[in-house]
Amino acid sequence: MLATLLLAFVLQVQPQDAPKPKQGAYAVVNARIETVTGGVIERGTILVERDRIVAVGADVTIPPGIEIVDAAGLHVYPGLIDSGTRLGLTEIGSVDETTDAVELGDITPQMDALSAINPNSALIPVTRVAGVTTVLAEPSGGTLPGMAAMINLVGYTAEQMAAGARVMVMDFPTWPSARPRFGGGGARGGAQDDPEKTFRDALKRVDEIFDRAELYARIDSTWAAGKGDREPEFVPEMRALLPVVRGQMKLMIRVNQEKEIREALAWVSRRGYRNVVFSGLAEGWRVAGELAAAGFPCIVGPVLSVPTRESDRFDRAYANAGLLAQAGVKVAIRTGEAENVRNLPFNAGFAAAYGLGREEALKAVTIHAAEAFGIEGDYGSIEVGKKANFLVSTGDPFETATEIREVFIDGFRVPIDSRQIQLYREFLDRDEGRVKAVEIVPPVRN
Amino acid sequence: MRFRTLLAAVALLAALAPTTQAQPRGSVLLKGATVLTVSGAGTLENTDVLVQDGRIARIGRGLQAPSGVETIDVTGKFVMPGIIDAHSHIALSSVNEATSPVTSEVSMEDVVDPYDIGIYRALAGGVTTSHVMHGSANVIGGQNETIKHRWGQTDPDALRFAGAPRTIKFALGENPTRVHGKRGGGSGARIRPASRMGVEAVLRETFAEGKRYLEAQDRYERERRTNPRAVPPEHSERLEVIADILRGEVLIHCHSYRADEIDMLMRVLADFGVKNVTFQHANEAFKVAPELAAFGASASVFADWWSYKMEVYYSTAYNATILVRNGINTSVNSDSGELNRHLYHEAAKTQRYGDLTDDEALALITINPARQLGIDGRTGSIEVGKDADLAVFDGHPLSVYGVPALTFVDGVKYFDRLNDPDDMRLRAHPNRDVQAGTVLTLDDHDRCLEGAFVIEY
Repeated sequence: MLATLLLAFVLQVQPQDAPKPKQGAYAVVNARIETVTGGVIERGTILVERDRIVAVGADVTIPPGIEIVDAAGLHVYPGLIDSGTRLGLTEIGSVDETTDAVELGDITPQMDALSAINPNSALIPVTRVAGVTTVLAEPSGGTLPGMAAMINLVGYTAEQMAAGARVMVMDFPTWPSARPRFGGGGARGGAQDDPEKTFRDALKRVDEIFDRAELYARIDSTWAAGKGDREPEFVPEMRALLPVVRGQMKLMIRVNQEKEIREALAWVSRRGYRNVVFSGLAEGWRVAGELAAAGFPCIVGPVLSVPTRESDRFDRAYANAGLLAQAGVKVAIRTGEAENVRNLPFNAGFAAAYGLGREEALKAVTIHAAEAFGIEGDYGSIEVGKKANFLVSTGDPFETATEIREVFIDGFRVPIDSRQIQLYREFLDRDEGRVKAVEIVPPVRN
Repeated sequence: MRFRTLLAAVALLAALAPTTQAQPRGSVLLKGATVLTVSGAGTLENTDVLVQDGRIARIGRGLQAPSGVETIDVTGKFVMPGIIDAHSHIALSSVNEATSPVTSEVSMEDVVDPYDIGIYRALAGGVTTSHVMHGSANVIGGQNETIKHRWGQTDPDALRFAGAPRTIKFALGENPTRVHGKRGGGSGARIRPASRMGVEAVLRETFAEGKRYLEAQDRYERERRTNPRAVPPEHSERLEVIADILRGEVLIHCHSYRADEIDMLMRVLADFGVKNVTFQHANEAFKVAPELAAFGASASVFADWWSYKMEVYYSTAYNATILVRNGINTSVNSDSGELNRHLYHEAAKTQRYGDLTDDEALALITINPARQLGIDGRTGSIEVGKDADLAVFDGHPLSVYGVPALTFVDGVKYFDRLNDPDDMRLRAHPNRDVQAGTVLTLDDHDRCLEGAFVIEY
């Protein structure tokens, strides 16, 4: 009897109301809304229905029965977008078994980040409570490591998380550094003897891959039109590159150093590719005019990093985004992080303080990011018809002390909770435990 | 005998002369700032700070500069104590002596590199003092050095924080077990510790040997008084340092992450009567906060680093707040030549991850680390008589938009944002590529392990 009672008790408390994201119909009222694309509404309302924003404004009629979120004295901003992370692809940096961002091989464009995203990563709730709602998850390693995926930080499957953009990642060839790096296991002999030749050979190899991909696309088109005499061979790498050479999928070129950026611009121009995004650009400020003239979206970051050269001014990495924007480049920001993508707003804040300005910095983590990846129809601002991705805060989300009170992603009202917050709750005022430890016999003597 | 004394005096003079010359002191009057004293005086609006000969001479309103002393108008700006980084590896030409689990005989004093551009970059982040540490490859690593950022001085001794207590690096957990037991250190052979059990054993055995060494020395000193033929114990530089730890003359700064290993070291130290310890990193210190408080231990933590290795997976960015609220002297450190440039921002994160006041947050990077390094009588707050190590900010230093404007060490201005030429190197490093530029990735977390493994080129 007692056992039964106990069991019943256990069963009753087990499915305790764990806070979980909930989609529905919400009215966020009395908020100062920074829409990014349509100015500021000083005291406005946002209506959310399922995954979309259905109304925004100062005079919105609130339908009956809808869940009201009173945001009096609070601020609403679009969900922040990080344009380059490893989030979802790695859990614990040094534990190889938990990292899935790197596949074997130099040319693996068919690898899809989305297939390795772990929706249950403990890193995800830690990130989204900072107001970061959407990130680009990027594979790495090799010249063509695979396809990056834009994901929303809510969902039980990768498919539910997908935010509509998939881009082909290319790490542009680099000049081998003359400076051996800690743990890097730099190339032995050869590569460093003739860096120029090493670079040219690598670039030639990239050209060969894309020549083949273009040829493959022609054969494939001919076959599809019913004119070819045989179906093109099945080559997964080439099939993956088809949408890229046809201009249907963005090619995201990661490149950092000045002369490599120049080479990359020349390469893109030579090949006639237009659907291109540049990412990294640590020395972008040195090539700002050329990048602006080329007109491709540019993703920079991490902002919080040291200058690339010892001879550079201490704040070049902070100032990079601002210098590019001043030259006319449309800039978005990335952290390049996994566990600390939550620092995206601070990266934006530093960029703002060192020349980008707050308005542009906000765009760099919202609308410019969405535009860079062609998802501005759904993301990047607070507009009717767009996805309900936004945050409710006590103030400027870049300001360190600002509290994020509410986060909506894909219409889900996401609980402000994470393992880190749970640990805070448990340990802030921990019980002292056993006041005096029992004696362990026999004692150890030194 | 007399000749020897003379010789010693000459040697002493020779040793002191260049050092005192090379540690310049300045005088300046900073007028009209908001002064964040990080002392009992709190925040003082519209206040002047007069610096004379490297020391803070007066704090107040309407101060006049003595003749020959420069006045700088800092109206609208914020003056705070120079930031102190309790865990750094800048300005070092090597970091780990990874050949043995115990290397107390080595010291970072011997490898200070005054040419490291990291010193200037730290100044550009308002940092005036760094505790430059041995790495975490060994259970008992080398002795650390506390330096002031006197950029431009090329004599390593000119950077020393004269009078700062000696400190030593300890390391628990994954790093020493990986380097020595799981992978093999300098010789490649696997030796203890391969587990946290082994780490404790290494500590207890070393302390026990140190205790015997110390006792043998004491016995010898007693015996010597009556017996001129008394034989001193065999000298061991390694055990000399361990004995000094047991005497309380060397402060322990222990790389640690998990709550259990933090607790373990406190038990070991209690058994050997060692009281002063600062747990470095200490990502799980929050889990044993009451135990830390009872022991009187300090903690020097990251603002938000986690999940880069197994032992930091169950961390929380609320660590610093929990520790402060439990009465533990806590600092926020960088362990990084990137992070150290924005420690003011790292400290501010305790206002997002917790609810620390401005003064509590600023203390994390000023007076609290000063206490952990035993230099709080000299620096860490803006008080009359203290060294004039000062950071001037445009905007509040805890705001993400706050920007360091001027940095002073001993009253000498070493950083001025409006007068900052691009190239601040003291010399071009022959092995560092000037043209290409090296792009650091975010995977460079473990500078603590630099030099711990044999790197193949």
